[in-house]
Amino acid sequence: MEGFGAKILFEIPLFGGIPVTETVVNTWIIMAVLTLFAVIATRRFEAIPKGLQNVVEALVDVITGFTKQTMGEKKLVYAPYMLTLFLLLAFSNLFGLFGLRPPTADLNTTFAFAMLTFFIIHFNGISKKGPLTYAKGYLEPMAFMLPLNIIGELALPISLAFRLFGNIVGGMIIMSLIYSGLASASAAIGLSNLPILQVGVPAFLHLYFDVFSGLIQTFIFIMLSMVFIGNAYD
Amino acid sequence: MEAITGRALILACSAIGAGLAMIAGIGPGIGQGYAAGKGAETVGRQPEAEGTIIRTMLLGQAVAETTGIYGLVIALILLFANPLINLL
Repeated sequence: MEGFGAKILFEIPLFGGIPVTETVVNTWIIMAVLTLFAVIATRRFEAIPKGLQNVVEALVDVITGFTKQTMGEKKLVYAPYMLTLFLLLAFSNLFGLFGLRPPTADLNTTFAFAMLTFFIIHFNGISKKGPLTYAKGYLEPMAFMLPLNIIGELALPISLAFRLFGNIVGGMIIMSLIYSGLASASAAIGLSNLPILQVGVPAFLHLYFDVFSGLIQTFIFIMLSMVFIGNAYD
Repeated sequence: MEAITGRALILACSAIGAGLAMIAGIGPGIGQGYAAGKGAETVGRQPEAEGTIIRTMLLGQAVAETTGIYGLVIALILLFANPLINLL
């Protein structure tokens, strides 16, 4: 194996060659699928929902209920952001089920999502509390706590990014090692062109590493974003 | 007997370092097990709040897992994407 990094698939010949990696192409696929899903699911709304509209309404209901419960009634405006994050992250983390490399296995992607939450928190802090109160908040409870408070604030996006990255990359590496292990086991039996042992055995591990771990990490990312954005106001 | 080259020494010590980094897995194991025990006890005391209790427990456990994941990331970086080799 020549490394678990994202492979560069092609280069855009502008500005001296912009490399386009697997992560970017997989994110394009996710964007296309989610846009298609949104267009198909929201055509011809009916008063009594049936079929796909049921699923979409249930999803929006659950996330809006969560947001109301965690952040309070007045911050319901963040529910669309949470739902977008949920769909993006859930779909990205489940990419391993299709044999493709999940885009969240790249630190760039997870860091971008964490920076979104970070900017929302601090932009709201500055605009809702006023720059002076916001800056004074760093000097609490004592003035010499300033560096510790700054480090604590920076720790949030770093931990959000690394938690998601570490879980998904760990799962991806273990699954690749298991697949190559099964391929060599098949070769040892003598069927090196038809790795029959790769069928069925990894299914249970996919259930844990991709489905369970991916959905839990999405849930955690969203809950932490909600809690910290809610706390940024006061 | 030939001398150990610098590159071999870096690779060997990276392997040892990766193993040592995984010792960080003890912490989340103990902490999350304790939290799960407390969660089970609370569900036994108040079965009607089961949904909220399980959600809170999962949230707390995933946050507590973070330092164990940091250790895993360091170990994986040392094994598969070693940056120390190029500093020779």
